[in-house]
Amino acid sequence: MSEIPGELKYSKSHEWVQIEDDGTVLVGITEHAQDLLGDMVYVEVPEVDSEIEVEEACAVVESVKAASDIYSPVSGTITASNEALTDSPELVNSDPFGEGWIMRIKLADRADLDQLMDATAYAEHVESEDH
Amino acid sequence: MSSGINMLIFEQSRKGRTNPSQAPFERPELTGIPESLQRKKRVVMAETSEMQTVRHYTRLSKKNFSIDTHFYPLGSCTMKYNPRACNSLSMLPGFLSRHPYAPDSMSQGYLSCMYELQEMLKDVTGMKEVSLTPAAGAQGEFAGMAMIRAYHDSRNDDQRTEVLVPDAAHGTNPATAVMCGYKVREIPTNDQGDVDLEALKQVVGPQTAGLMLTNPSTLGVFERQIEAIAGVVHEAGGLLYYDGANLNAILGKVRPGDMGFDVIHMNLHKTFSTPHGGGGPGAGPVGVNERLKPFLPVPMVAYDGDHYSWVTEKENPQTIGRLSGFMGNAGVLLRAYIYARLLGREGMVRVSEYSTLNANYMLALSKQKGFDLAFPDRRATHEFIITLKRQAKDLGVNTMDFAKRLLDYGFHAPTTYFPLLIPECLLVEPTETEDKETLDAFMDVMAKIEQEARDDPEYVKGAPYTQPVRRLDDVRAARELDLVWKSE
Repeated sequence: MSEIPGELKYSKSHEWVQIEDDGTVLVGITEHAQDLLGDMVYVEVPEVDSEIEVEEACAVVESVKAASDIYSPVSGTITASNEALTDSPELVNSDPFGEGWIMRIKLADRADLDQLMDATAYAEHVESEDH
Repeated sequence: MSSGINMLIFEQSRKGRTNPSQAPFERPELTGIPESLQRKKRVVMAETSEMQTVRHYTRLSKKNFSIDTHFYPLGSCTMKYNPRACNSLSMLPGFLSRHPYAPDSMSQGYLSCMYELQEMLKDVTGMKEVSLTPAAGAQGEFAGMAMIRAYHDSRNDDQRTEVLVPDAAHGTNPATAVMCGYKVREIPTNDQGDVDLEALKQVVGPQTAGLMLTNPSTLGVFERQIEAIAGVVHEAGGLLYYDGANLNAILGKVRPGDMGFDVIHMNLHKTFSTPHGGGGPGAGPVGVNERLKPFLPVPMVAYDGDHYSWVTEKENPQTIGRLSGFMGNAGVLLRAYIYARLLGREGMVRVSEYSTLNANYMLALSKQKGFDLAFPDRRATHEFIITLKRQAKDLGVNTMDFAKRLLDYGFHAPTTYFPLLIPECLLVEPTETEDKETLDAFMDVMAKIEQEARDDPEYVKGAPYTQPVRRLDDVRAARELDLVWKSE
């Protein structure tokens, strides 16, 4: 079983969300997701200041197996993108919950967070997809 | 082992070394060529002796892992045996010597072959007209989608901005739609491998330009609701695009035209025995129904009962235009023509019958040997999917490890990790040209590798052991492209 930190929220499409005090959230993909995708060769991060809708494709991760869209777990404005991933996409594999973060989003509506899963629910979701 | 085994021909080059070796050689005098037309800089070519050159390319050819030497069940790619006759007959001097600028009157033989190929492809796909000119499957796809666009434009129907693509599609489908200026909407697949019809109904509408579908799909099953799908899309004013990738499974049995498709492309290298891989050259003819006929790419070949002639922009003013020099890859199209003639109507049916029989036989063997199937309740088409998720989880030996180990046993691996919907999958396509003994041997080896994975997983994870190279660094290969030799 891969690591699922208890303090984070999760989307069905395997993004994690870290809620910060300043009304922004940090988003990345879970350890389970990077495990499914395999070794990263390229990550395209969203442009800062762009507006995104919940479940909108806003970043692309490309591994040796496939290119996959990353869907925004919330609506809002991109306030930061992890530029380090351009040169070091492997951070998504080696440290998915830390150095491998993808974007920071200023929330448009806090209610979006209620649609996300906690760690227990996400663990069940991963388990159910596995069967 | 002599030096040079892994060197490029350029690295073996020595200044002044020429082909004839010891034979006396005098450089010919250049006379009569104006100064202005003479090359000033030397051509960058390897300078090697004849023997060195022969050795180099013979060695390279021995490294080929090909259908001529090995079973190659690469799903979605239809790696079948191409009869040698297709090659030798297409190289007859009359074909090879024909100049593309030769007038119609001097090309009647070649034009008759192309006309007949158009007619045969029309007949076997149920379409109303075929253009042979696209120079590859991808270009055929582009041509097909461009025709859909031209059709809507011709009706001033400019609200149609979206193309629907099932999530099981080949990656080229959404890429084609985007290249033609459309937004892609993905349609989910249900747990039986069919398109989720309810989800389709939700997203189809006046903004729908068309739907791209491969049938049988990449999941190795026939889309059973195709008539209903066609109904939903047509009712909304959209058109249906058929990706001919898996035509081998239905050749002579079911026709895309009868399923309701408006436009299709065919990969001649898959179904019609033209060269595979290595950059082709390819051929991706397109076929259309009545309403898309005016938009077909030119040139095509017409026949008035007496004389064959080119159809150009003059005759088809609404054409989407030309896609390649002349009429595409002429020699490749000839190979497909000869293959189709060799098979005839009866042979085409045998292609689909034996390709599906072989796949279903392997599917049954896989079940018997305890492998998990992606769709155990469905009959396979010309290919089927094994999932090694259980082995990956329990034994720590994944699909890639199985694939690499297969090479040691003299089998090319099936397609790995595609389609993306199925975790740890192998997409197995034996084709109609393999015999039962080969299929048995392959499945025996699969079972043997699974036993090895139980006994000594680390050993399987280290495979291959018998190839010129071991595991390649996929990540570095993708990130640091280094394809071109440069002189110091």
